[in-house]
Amino acid sequence: MAVPRSRVDEIRNCITLTEYGVRNVHTTDFPGNYPGYDDTWSQKRFEKNFRINIINMDDSTVEFDMIGIDCAIANAFRRILLAEVPTMAVEKVFIYNNTSIVQDEILAHRLGLIPIKADPRLFEYRNSGDEEGTEIDTIQLQLKVKCTRNPKATKESSDPRELYVNHMVYSKHIKWIPIGNQADHFGEAVIGPVHEDILIAQLRPGQELDIVMHCVKGIGKDHAKFSPVATASYRLLPEITFLEPIEGELAEKLKKCFSPGVIAIDVLEGKKLARVANARLDTCTREVLRNEELKHKVKIGRVRDHFIFSVESTGILPAAVLVSEAIKVMMSKCQRFLNELDLAQME
Amino acid sequence: ESSVSRKTAFVQAEGADESCVTYVMHDEDHTLGNSLRYMIMKNPEVEFCGYSITHPSESKINFRIQTKGGLPAIEPFRRGLTELNDLCQHVLNTFEQVYSRSFSTFGKD
Repeated sequence: MAVPRSRVDEIRNCITLTEYGVRNVHTTDFPGNYPGYDDTWSQKRFEKNFRINIINMDDSTVEFDMIGIDCAIANAFRRILLAEVPTMAVEKVFIYNNTSIVQDEILAHRLGLIPIKADPRLFEYRNSGDEEGTEIDTIQLQLKVKCTRNPKATKESSDPRELYVNHMVYSKHIKWIPIGNQADHFGEAVIGPVHEDILIAQLRPGQELDIVMHCVKGIGKDHAKFSPVATASYRLLPEITFLEPIEGELAEKLKKCFSPGVIAIDVLEGKKLARVANARLDTCTREVLRNEELKHKVKIGRVRDHFIFSVESTGILPAAVLVSEAIKVMMSKCQRFLNELDLAQME
Repeated sequence: ESSVSRKTAFVQAEGADESCVTYVMHDEDHTLGNSLRYMIMKNPEVEFCGYSITHPSESKINFRIQTKGGLPAIEPFRRGLTELNDLCQHVLNTFEQVYSRSFSTFGKD
């Protein structure tokens, strides 16, 4: 072999950032591509190398590392989070009265985008053509607000907050009307908007809104209002290697090329020596490659199979639950086609 | 010729044998297409595997498999789906394990 093994490993495992481009972007570890490597799929090998670490987690966000997986599959999870994990959202808006300045269709669109806190796993998809909806596929919400003058307002006041009652319509004014036995099933005050302070419309005395909404189950592919995440993204772990020791003033220059905290400088016997302290903080700017003195001393790249996921929920379900759901969606896709194949072979 | 169901239709090119098959997968895109392509490419018996999205306004993909030595293409197709499913199961198990373990670290959820 003309190319040494270490070089081949580098092509296989590391994406290299160069001054004018990014190299080794694509996955190439398929059988037959590299003599001497066994690239056949092995579940055992995958399970041995695969790791997940949760870096940070609360109700609405989760940040975790997924290590030892190909980008095709990591990307599938990300795509499913954005577009294929179901949620409940307002789909039909019945406007009985709207004398506000907001037009009906704009109002309906605004209502659709309000995240509704209801566990979508407890509901079914509504059949196409069904206009009525039942307790298993529909949540009914009501928004009934009328603006009036505040009789207690002082005469010289010009502040709308003092002059009027109900002149700001917020998502907290939306009330859940249980259908059938939903009240027993879910209990009071479980279903409703996630946030209570979303401004829907502004009214003036005499104006009113009288609206009934139907929420149905859907996926982000159909309409973005069904997307359960505010963002779901990943980045690859940055990797910085020094090809030779970087000392003295050059170490200081190097430190300035990276984000704060990436490079640390140790002082050994009065001599400054640069060290990679935390590559994770690097933004991969490639600033270092613009420096003539430094560019041949440093190699920067990204680890191909180390994904730093960041998932931010809209608040309907905890972010970590969404990740689990996304993986289950992926599995159901496989199951669906396996069932199809079984059916096809029986015929 | 044997268009079995609405979801997966099997299109076999004229004169070709069962080792070169294009599957039409309805309601799918890069999400399953690229993942499944990766899994099937990992199979040494597969000569070629690729997919294309026919048109942005059609929600289906053409998924092509060509095998070595006349092996029916359905075998790596089925194996790819099974392996992808097993992979996801392991990812799910690992995630839920780590999730329940970090529950105490990051407080309630």
